[in-house]
Amino acid sequence: MKDIAIRLNGQVRRLAVNPNETLLEVLRGKLGIKTPKEGCGRGDCGACTVLLNGKAVRSCLILAVEADGQSVTTLEGVGRAGPTALQKAFIRSNAFQCGFCTPGVVLAASALLAEKPAPTELDVREALAGNLCRCTGYEAMVKTVMAAARKSNRKRSSSRRSRP
Amino acid sequence: MSAKRVIGTAAVRVDGMAKVTGAAQYVDDMEFGPGLLHAVLVESPHAHALIRKIDTAAAEKAPGVVRVVTGKDIPYMFGLYMQDRNIFARDRVRFVGEQVAAVVAETPGAALRAAKLVKVTYAPLPAVLSLDEALKENAVLIHPDLGNYLRVPWFFPRPGTNIAHWRKTRKGDVEKGFRQADYILEDTYTVPRYAHCPIETHAVTGLFDLSGRLTLWASSQSPYAQRGVMAVALKPFGLSHRDIRIVTPYVGGGFGGKAGVSMEIIGAVLAIVMKGRPVKLNWTREQEFMNTSQRQGVIARIKMGVKKNGQIVALEHTLHWDAGASAEYGANVVNAVGLSATGPYRIPNVKIDSVCVYTNMPPCGAYRGFGYSEFHFGLESHMTRIAQAIGMDPVQFRKRNAIREGDTLAYGAHMNPGNLRGAIDRVAKEIRWGKKDKSAKPGKAVGKAVACFWKAPAMPPNAASAAYLKFNEDGSLNLCVSGMEIGQGFLTVMAQVAAEVLTVPVEKIRVETPDTDRNSYEWQTVGSHVTWGCGNAVRAAAEEVKARLLATVARAKFLKVEDLYLADECVKSRKDRKFALPFRSFVIDGIMRSNGNFIGGPIHGTGMFMPEFTSALGDPETSQGGHPNVHYTVGAAGIVLEVDKETGKMTVRKAVLAVDVGQAINPELVKGQIVGGLVQGLATALFEDIRYDANGRLLNPNFTDYKIPTTLDCPAEIIPIILETPQPDGPFGARGVGEHTMVACAPMVADAIDNAIGIRLKTMPLTAEKVALALRGIDYDSVKGDTLGFCFRGKPCDYRFEVGGH
Repeated sequence: MKDIAIRLNGQVRRLAVNPNETLLEVLRGKLGIKTPKEGCGRGDCGACTVLLNGKAVRSCLILAVEADGQSVTTLEGVGRAGPTALQKAFIRSNAFQCGFCTPGVVLAASALLAEKPAPTELDVREALAGNLCRCTGYEAMVKTVMAAARKSNRKRSSSRRSRP
Repeated sequence: MSAKRVIGTAAVRVDGMAKVTGAAQYVDDMEFGPGLLHAVLVESPHAHALIRKIDTAAAEKAPGVVRVVTGKDIPYMFGLYMQDRNIFARDRVRFVGEQVAAVVAETPGAALRAAKLVKVTYAPLPAVLSLDEALKENAVLIHPDLGNYLRVPWFFPRPGTNIAHWRKTRKGDVEKGFRQADYILEDTYTVPRYAHCPIETHAVTGLFDLSGRLTLWASSQSPYAQRGVMAVALKPFGLSHRDIRIVTPYVGGGFGGKAGVSMEIIGAVLAIVMKGRPVKLNWTREQEFMNTSQRQGVIARIKMGVKKNGQIVALEHTLHWDAGASAEYGANVVNAVGLSATGPYRIPNVKIDSVCVYTNMPPCGAYRGFGYSEFHFGLESHMTRIAQAIGMDPVQFRKRNAIREGDTLAYGAHMNPGNLRGAIDRVAKEIRWGKKDKSAKPGKAVGKAVACFWKAPAMPPNAASAAYLKFNEDGSLNLCVSGMEIGQGFLTVMAQVAAEVLTVPVEKIRVETPDTDRNSYEWQTVGSHVTWGCGNAVRAAAEEVKARLLATVARAKFLKVEDLYLADECVKSRKDRKFALPFRSFVIDGIMRSNGNFIGGPIHGTGMFMPEFTSALGDPETSQGGHPNVHYTVGAAGIVLEVDKETGKMTVRKAVLAVDVGQAINPELVKGQIVGGLVQGLATALFEDIRYDANGRLLNPNFTDYKIPTTLDCPAEIIPIILETPQPDGPFGARGVGEHTMVACAPMVADAIDNAIGIRLKTMPLTAEKVALALRGIDYDSVKGDTLGFCFRGKPCDYRFEVGGH
C-alpha cells in the first residue's frame, strides 16, 4: 500500500492505495466518486474520462499512484454551483440519451473549450472521438458543444467591447 | 375545452438534469456496504463438450473465497419463451464462454484469482458451427431434451433435431403466382451476427435477506419479465412473485440486449446461496460480447416474381437463423420475421419459412429491429434488383407495391394506417433521387438509394401495461410506471401524456425508474411498444385522476360535473368564468364546506392496457387466423454515398429517414431515435464485423477490434422527417418508433454501392475491404479465410436450404 494525496474536485484527499489499483477503481471504490463509469476497462470507450490537471484522460488506464500530488476533476466537481452553461445546453438540446457516457463527454468537451474556446466542428469531433456513445449518433452532442462555444465567445467579446 | 399543448412539443427531458450533472445512478453506482461479496465466473473454453468433473477444492481454499457454486448446486433452467438455458452448465457446455461455475469472494481480485483455480475436465464433443451441419440428417444434437422444455404455445420446436422453432406463413398460391410472373429473381443473402454494445455492461447485485426476500438491482429493460422468469425458474427455492423484487435504476443502453433475462439469474442464485449478504456480478466488456445475447446471423433465400407492369405477384422467402446455444428469446425474433418477411408490400401469394436453428455459438436474442434489419437487407436489395431487371425505377417500383391501410397481410389480418408512399416521396426528394451526383474528388463515385422499412412490436397477445398516478400537496404528481428509460426518453413521453390530460406542466410530474414492489406492471420495454402500450395506460390513469378531480369539486361545491373542466392546473367552470380551483388547494387535503367538513381525499388514479384484439393462435402450417401484431410503423430511408474506387472506403454524405409515427408526442425525441438509429444501422452495414474462429471462439470481443461508430464515423448530414398519420388506438394517435430507424440502413448502403460503381454485395457487412476486392474482380467468398461472423463458411450461393429428413 502507498499513501497518496489527490486534489480531487478542489479538495485534497489522502488515502492508501495498492500500487496496481487504477485511478478509476480508487475513485469509484474508495472515494465515492461515481460519475466516471467503467465501460471497457481498456481505454477504448472513454466512459471513465476525468480531467487530470485539466486534461481529459481515461482513468482506467492511469494508476492511482500516478495521480499522487495531481489535480483530478470529475463531473462531481463541475456542476456543484448548479449546472454549467455547457451542461444546460446538453439538457436543452437532448445531447444525451441513456446518459452513461455523458459525464465523460461533458468533461472531454469542457477540456476542449478550456483549451480552444472557438473550436471548429472537426476539433469537436476529434476531441470527442474517444468517447463512445451508442445512443445518440453524436450529432446533438457536436452541435451543442459548437453552439455553447459560440455563445460563450459572443458573451466574452461583448463584455470586452463593453469595457471602457 | 383545453387545447393540445404538451403533445407534439419538444418538452425538456425529465431525466436531463440527473444525467447531465452525473446524479443519475446506474446499478454499479449503488453502495451496498462492507458486507458486499463479489462473484467471478469460470467459463467454458469449448463450443461443445461434456463436463466430466469440476474440482473446486483449490479455489475454495484460496484467500478471501467464501463459496464456489456449480451446476450441481443449481441444476435449473430458465427462459422467457422457452426454458432452454441453464443457470449454470450441468452435464455439458454449449458455447465458448458459457458459465460453468462462480467463485464468490470478499473482493473482486480474490474472486478473479480463485476462479483460475477451478479445474474443469471436459470431454469435447463435435461442435455444430455450421447451419448445414446443424440441419443435416442425424446431426449432432445440441439440446437432446428439446421435447421436454417448457415453452409458449406458438413455438414449434422439433425434438430430435436442432430446430428450435419454425414459423410458416402461407398466403394465396405461390406456384400459381410464379406462373403469372413475367420475371422471377432468386438469390441468397447473408447477414452475420452483431453485438449490441451498450456502453454500460450488464450488472446485477442481489440480496436474499434473512426473511427470505430476494431483491435484485439490475441493469435491465424488463424488470417485470425478469421477476416472472425468475419466479418460474427459482420455484425450487420456494420463491414466488411476491418474494422477488427487481429494482432497475437508470440503464446505460439496452438495444434489446437487456431485454428478458440473461446473467441476472446468476446474480439471483448466488444471492440465494449467500443468504444475508449482497452479491455483485458485473459483466466485463468481453462477457458483454460473449454471454448476454447477440443478434442472430441469417442466411436467406428470396424468390420474387413480378409482372412487366411492376406488380409483385409472388414471394418465397426462406430464412435459416443461427440462434446459438439457446433460443429462449431468439426464437421469437425468428417468429416475428416469419410473419412479416414480405416487407411493407402488398403481395398476393406468399410463402415464408423462418427456421430457428441451434448452433454451438453464443446465444442470441432481441436486438433493436428484432429480425427486421436482417431480412430487409435481402428483401430490399432484391426489390432494387428486380426493378432494374424489368427496367423500372426502383423508387416507383416500391411505390407501386407499397402497403396501404386495409391491405390483407401475409397472415390474414389487415394493415393499420401509415403513409409509406408519402415517406418514399419525401426521402426521394430530399436526396434528389434521379439526379446523378458527381464527386469533386478524383477516383470517387457517388451513389444514391432509397429503401423502405416496416416493423411491428413482437409481443405476446397479453403484453400489458399499467400506470399509477398520484398527486402531491403542491399540485405536482408522481407517475409510477415500469417501462424502462433506456435513453429513448420514455419517462418524458409518459409525463407528457399525463400532462396533456391534466393540464399540469411536464416538469411538475416526477417519473422514476421501476421497482416491481412499487411501480405498476409493464411487460417489457422492447419492440418500440411502450409509448403506445404504456402511453395508453398512462392516459387511462390520467383520465381517472381527471374524473376524480371533477367529481370532488362537483360534490364539495354542489356543482355539476358536466359544467367543470381542467385548465392551467385548476378545475374551472363553464358556467362561472371566475371559478378556478387550483389543484394544489385540494388534491390531498380536500375542500372544506361551510360546516367545516372536508370533502375529497388524496387524489390518485390507475390505468391499464392490454391489446385485446391480438391473438397468437394462427394455424401452425399457414399462420392464418391469428392477429399476432398490434401495428406496423412504416417509413423510408435514403442515402447519398461516396465510394473511393481505389480503396473501397465509403463516406456517407447524406442520410435521410422518414417515418410515420402516427403522432410525435415529442418530435425532438423522435429525431433522436432517427439520428441514433441511422448511425447504429450504418455501422452494421459499413464496419461492425464480428469474427469467430473455426472452433466457435469469438475473436473480437472489445472495441479495439469490433468497431462501433465514433464522432468521426457519422454521416456529413442527417435529415430526420416525421410523418403523422394517426394510429386510432394509440395515445393521441401515436405508434411505436425506435427500432425502425436502423432497419433500412444495410440495404440502402448495398444499393448505393451498386448505384455508384455497379457492384452488388449480398453478404453483410459491406466493408471497404469487400468493395475494394470486388473492384479488382476478386470474389470475397474465395478469399475470406476461416474467420466468420456466423454459422456458414461456404459460399452463400452453395447453401442448400434443405432440412434433413423433414
